[in-house]
Amino acid sequence: MSQATLPAATSQADTVWVEQVSWFDRIPRSVAMAGLAIVFIAIWQMVSSVGLVSPIILPSPSETLRHIIFVGNNLLSGGYMLPALWLTLQELVISFALAILIGFTLGVLVGETVFGERAVMPYLVALDTMPKVAFAPIFIAWLGFGIESKVALATFIATFPIVVGTAAGLHAADENARMAFKTMGATRWQTLVKMKLPTGMPQFFTGLKIASVGVMAGVITGEFLGGGKGFGELIRVASTNLDTGRVFALILYLSLLGLATYGLVIWLERKIVFWQRSSARIAS
Amino acid sequence: MSVSTLEAFVPAGQKARPVYELRRVSKTYARRNIQALGSVDLTLTEGSFSSVIGASGCGKSTLLKIMAGLVPPSSGSVMLAGKPVTGPRRDIGMMFQQATLFPWKTALENIVLPIEIRDGKAAARARHDEARALLELVGLKGFDSVYPSELSGGMAQRAAICRMLITEPEVLLLDEPFSALDELTRDYMNMELQRICLARKATAFLVTHSISEAVILSDTVYVMSPRPGRFVETVEIDLPRPRTLDMVTTPRFGALVDRIRGHLDKGSFL
Repeated sequence: MSQATLPAATSQADTVWVEQVSWFDRIPRSVAMAGLAIVFIAIWQMVSSVGLVSPIILPSPSETLRHIIFVGNNLLSGGYMLPALWLTLQELVISFALAILIGFTLGVLVGETVFGERAVMPYLVALDTMPKVAFAPIFIAWLGFGIESKVALATFIATFPIVVGTAAGLHAADENARMAFKTMGATRWQTLVKMKLPTGMPQFFTGLKIASVGVMAGVITGEFLGGGKGFGELIRVASTNLDTGRVFALILYLSLLGLATYGLVIWLERKIVFWQRSSARIAS
Repeated sequence: MSVSTLEAFVPAGQKARPVYELRRVSKTYARRNIQALGSVDLTLTEGSFSSVIGASGCGKSTLLKIMAGLVPPSSGSVMLAGKPVTGPRRDIGMMFQQATLFPWKTALENIVLPIEIRDGKAAARARHDEARALLELVGLKGFDSVYPSELSGGMAQRAAICRMLITEPEVLLLDEPFSALDELTRDYMNMELQRICLARKATAFLVTHSISEAVILSDTVYVMSPRPGRFVETVEIDLPRPRTLDMVTTPRFGALVDRIRGHLDKGSFL
């Protein structure tokens, strides 16, 4: 048999074998994402225009878009929705800050001291396994229908991932690093601050990322169950009015807020854990 | 023979000062009732390079930890520069198998870390020029602001050498410092280590698994046997300084290696 029977080999001189990537895997990211969105919206439009589903259950994309523009206009022109968003944002920021403060402190206690690991951690694990949303009525009974009960619930939900992340981070330092610090005559405090905490930053940020999602869920759940004047209340009212398009639009703006929070954490992680580029790349 | 060969390395009329002295040092781990170290006597004279060689688990790591002040001995005296060792000290420099540079600090900041821990940040900054000189000594000139992730394994160990030297220690304790490197880099780093030790007139104590590494670097090789760990043989290495990698093929080198190997339990080094 001669080379002539292999037509591909003749055209590319010495190249006899090259890696083949299917066209499906070669679609650029932007095209792939846009394509998927178009297909999704097309099916959505089709389902609603055929009249398979009532608009109360599923409004058409154009109807939803109308609501998105309306809510956007209302927010930009300082309409009644802006104070609601502002309130929810305040709850979010306060809850996240509290969760970081409490979570980090408890995390250091659990990760650094034997007492914390033996006595505190079991209780934390027990609390963490409980469905935390079920505590909402208790927080409302204790703290009322104002901002406090929402903050309490969101903080409660967001604290645990930070505790776990911080404690895991403090255990991340290997034996060599500990030994090196010991030979340098470092105190326990120095070892903690100069070595264990920086080493554990990636794990801490993993906890922070999980918490940033949880804190949003906590604030909105709090508003659903405890009333008030926040964005969650707007959603609840719209859904009571069977205004599903409005609900969709409000959820979209909320998700932008959540995305911004998450993005902020990622940005901070890149700044602080600058030596670990890989983790930042995967997360983004 | 050992006395006469040792004399050859000491300049005439000047007796080498003992720096590190261990007398009947033993270690028993009470919890498991294991005698890790029998009775060890050891004297390191100023500017000498000694190695201890033995199979895994023969107690040489325990010995090194005691010498570094990380673990207290069960009995015996450990004296460095006339003062008993009761904990980590700044006049003990130590180096491990892993460079353990900290990734959030530049090479320069890593090198002055022992100063930062003992004397604070200001004192550490004041030593930056010395740290730069050390980087030049180990052949890393201009690498001050590079982060460890950008250094190769050999380069990281060079930086670790600088970190060990910055406190100007009386004795260097080396725990298989280059065994994580590939063989070519390792040979080269051993020659570099010799150059640095000769330049600084350093007193060094090396723990190793490699007979040829022990022979090429040392003035004295202690052969250790396990359970309990003790020195079974002391071999003076009378190869001239500075040593070169070519010496590995000389008959004298081969004879010394054979002599050490004869004292080790064959099979432990496979």
